[in-house]
Amino acid sequence: MKLYEKTAAELSDMLRAKECSAVELCKDIIERTNAVEDKVGACVTRCEDALQKAEAVDKAFAEGKELHPLAGIPIGIKDNISTKGIRTTCASKMLENYVPPYNATVMNKVESANMIVTGKLNMDEFAMGSSTETSYIKKTHNPHNLDCVPGGSSGGSAACVAAGEAIVSLGSDTGGSIRQPSALCGTVGLKPTYGSVSRYGLVAFASSLDQIGPIGKSVKDVSMLYDLICGHDKMDATSAYREYPGTFVGLNNDVKGLCIGVPKEYFGEGIDSYVKESVFNAIKLLESNGAIVKEISLPSTEYAVNTYYIIASAEASSNLARFDGVKYGFRAKEYDGLIDMYQKTRSEGFGDEVKRRIMLGTFVLSSGFYDAYYKKAKLVQRKIAQEFSQAFKECDVIITPTYPTPAFKIGENIDDPLKMYSGDICTVTVNIAGLPAISVPCGKTESGLPLGMQMIGAKFAEQTILNTAYAYETLCGGFSCIPDTL
Amino acid sequence: MVVGLEVHAELNTKSKIYCSCRNAFGLEVNTQVCPVCMGMPGTLPTLNEKVVEYAVKMGHAMNCKINSVCKQDRKNYFYPDLPKAYQISQAEVPLCENGYLDVMVDGEEKRIGVTRIHIEEDAGKLLHDDAFAGSLVDLNRCGVPLIEIVSEPDIRSSAEAKAYLETIKSILQYINISDCKMQEGSIRCDVNVSVREKGSKEFGTRCEMKNVNSFSAAVRGIEYEFKRQIEVLEAGGTIMQETRRWDDAKGMSFTMRSKEDAQDYRYFPEPDLLTIVVDEKKIQELKEMIPELPNIKIRRYVKELGLSQVDATLIAEDMERSSLFDTCVEMGKCKPKSVSNWILADIAKFTNDTGKKISETPLTPQKLSDLIEQVEKGVISNSSAKKVFQIILSTGKAPLDIIKEEGMAQNSDMGFLENLAKEVLANNEKSVTDYKNGKTNALGYLVGQCMKASKGKANPGIVKEIVIKMLSE
Repeated sequence: MKLYEKTAAELSDMLRAKECSAVELCKDIIERTNAVEDKVGACVTRCEDALQKAEAVDKAFAEGKELHPLAGIPIGIKDNISTKGIRTTCASKMLENYVPPYNATVMNKVESANMIVTGKLNMDEFAMGSSTETSYIKKTHNPHNLDCVPGGSSGGSAACVAAGEAIVSLGSDTGGSIRQPSALCGTVGLKPTYGSVSRYGLVAFASSLDQIGPIGKSVKDVSMLYDLICGHDKMDATSAYREYPGTFVGLNNDVKGLCIGVPKEYFGEGIDSYVKESVFNAIKLLESNGAIVKEISLPSTEYAVNTYYIIASAEASSNLARFDGVKYGFRAKEYDGLIDMYQKTRSEGFGDEVKRRIMLGTFVLSSGFYDAYYKKAKLVQRKIAQEFSQAFKECDVIITPTYPTPAFKIGENIDDPLKMYSGDICTVTVNIAGLPAISVPCGKTESGLPLGMQMIGAKFAEQTILNTAYAYETLCGGFSCIPDTL
Repeated sequence: MVVGLEVHAELNTKSKIYCSCRNAFGLEVNTQVCPVCMGMPGTLPTLNEKVVEYAVKMGHAMNCKINSVCKQDRKNYFYPDLPKAYQISQAEVPLCENGYLDVMVDGEEKRIGVTRIHIEEDAGKLLHDDAFAGSLVDLNRCGVPLIEIVSEPDIRSSAEAKAYLETIKSILQYINISDCKMQEGSIRCDVNVSVREKGSKEFGTRCEMKNVNSFSAAVRGIEYEFKRQIEVLEAGGTIMQETRRWDDAKGMSFTMRSKEDAQDYRYFPEPDLLTIVVDEKKIQELKEMIPELPNIKIRRYVKELGLSQVDATLIAEDMERSSLFDTCVEMGKCKPKSVSNWILADIAKFTNDTGKKISETPLTPQKLSDLIEQVEKGVISNSSAKKVFQIILSTGKAPLDIIKEEGMAQNSDMGFLENLAKEVLANNEKSVTDYKNGKTNALGYLVGQCMKASKGKANPGIVKEIVIKMLSE
């Protein structure tokens, strides 16, 4: 039995029905990883104690203990989420050998649910990129076409689920980094509302935009994992103090009367016609089952990418300043004095994309430029957020493509940062406005590359977008993200 | 001379500003630390609300407007003692602003404007030692809460600067928000000095001086900088805006960096923390918790109670002294001046000699008042009073009981004293004659003989009056 092809929801039932054990499941994942990891390259570090943990879960089941529904389910973790005792590289030379002394809040939740962490996953360096190509550690390949990128920055997280190297995974999303690789790898990925999942322990890229979220094969899996990781955390001042009723128990695939907003700005030039067609077909399917479709306008969308790169880079330039060779991580071997140590360490320890963004961020915060760039970007941010709030007065969910194109070839865009950045057009607005959004597969290209559709909700309306996604999943007959070809 | 001061004071909250580590000084290096204050990747700050309360109290004490809504900002710079490579501070909107402080300088009151008070975190400390190569860093101090108090350029002399600094220190102690231990660096200041011709309205170019580690160093630094700038100008030069480093041992300041090299801290709002919102009710509650402050006390002691500025300051700046003084004065049994004399002489000597605090002795305002009252009424002599004072300190007995037990009460009975004087005069005819012949010092001898005859219990004042009266008859 190929257990790695199952969803977490299925496996959760199977473990309880004794149709498989946690150890069998874990072994299956390990074997599968051994078989495909060389080709996919999703993993930065594999967790050697996974089997032992699975044994403990079986023992607890045998003793009749009440365990979390996700107990025994193998999970991969993006390598910018701090794991106590397991190196957390952020796919950077700077942190190649850095082992955190503490667990991120989400890791404590994953461990207390007895999930089995199988590995730490590849990503763009410090989550800066849309293809996982900026990783210092290795290249990750799209399981659907090994010549293509898996997307990014959570490329490892999406690829590992699509390759069957874990059942679910955690990624982080600052401008699309969960949704875009999910779209490109055919997985389901949720970027939660800013503040609903603790950021404590997530190595910060852009503090006001970063959010950890789940990736899985199905809407149910993503919903279960979201329910586990969400909630107020006193260690994160920006975490929202409110009720978090479980979304899994509330899952409902009835779209009758649901109002879907379709913003014309997200279907304009630069969006692949194949992508547009798939998304429109998906919307039609929902409409034919009772949803109401409404064209809306979000006019400030055209400024979103610029706004995003100013705010995110400004925060990154400050967040990444601590990697200075003094306390942990990489330090240049030869240097002459403190300033030289700083300069050599940071020049040698960071990759080009990271340096590009640090320089951009430093520039927009500099005196004399602050008002023209950073301050203005914050004003546009408010405008974009207002337009969304206005839109959610007329509709329940907004549907757009997740990414303008299917997965591109490795090396195709890496030397053209502007082209790479412009691809973020559909996803960055969600982070700018702090909203929740989910990407679900909505068909494939003729060559078999997955395409993604994004559903955006109002703040804390995770249930609404999960329900819409669940409805679509049911109507289209389910998703299958693991390619037969691999 | 135009001077503005930036005072940094460490607050004595139990825990640090952004994590739950202990806020303590002098412990083994790198033991009061956690991933948050060490700035490990992925950690986040959470604001200790006590820090806000303490700073609001200081804002009230310095007559500031409290900004009930304000934010925190990042100040970005690289230094090995700053593990995040940014300090969380407040830039645009401080917690408190537009205040003032009245201080007493040479018996005159002077009002010094307070631009702002904001909260921020302290950095760690670099350790340099021959025992190891290079430098090591101790992060225990990282995240210790600080307030920075920025004055207006209202200070016109080093004496005013000193009075301002000392008043701030005593206020911090009064409202108990800082330990104010200079040797531990819990108060530090940066000094801005410029000069201009008398009567000129325009300010001159200012120089900022850092590394001023004591109030006396501030005075020396200001005087030095004042002279230096005048010398430069008189020699036809111009003052360059720069940051200078004060070397107290050499008594000189040196250029650290010029304006062109000034750091760009790239301040921006700290995205990891929420806007600070202080409840108006809370602000009011904190205001009501502020006691009468030392600068206000000094004014009252001088203007209403007739103390000298020196005495008033010595009492007002010490919380224990002033509370003893105020309670005794309120009891109304004795003169404020007498209470002040006792506090600054006998009591000060005892506390200095023993290192004890007044509150650690059995002396209470009631006992001190009773003791002074007995002296002022003439019941006991000053020298007896000193003995009673010692007995109070060693036994805790009430002064009236001690006077009774020790038989110290002076005899003021007119009949008794007249008989006594008559007898002494009769036995000392020579002295009586001498006095009548103009040798006035014979009077002292005769009074002394009376005292001796009474075994020291006669009231010397009354005896003197009686003897004079008898001699003139």
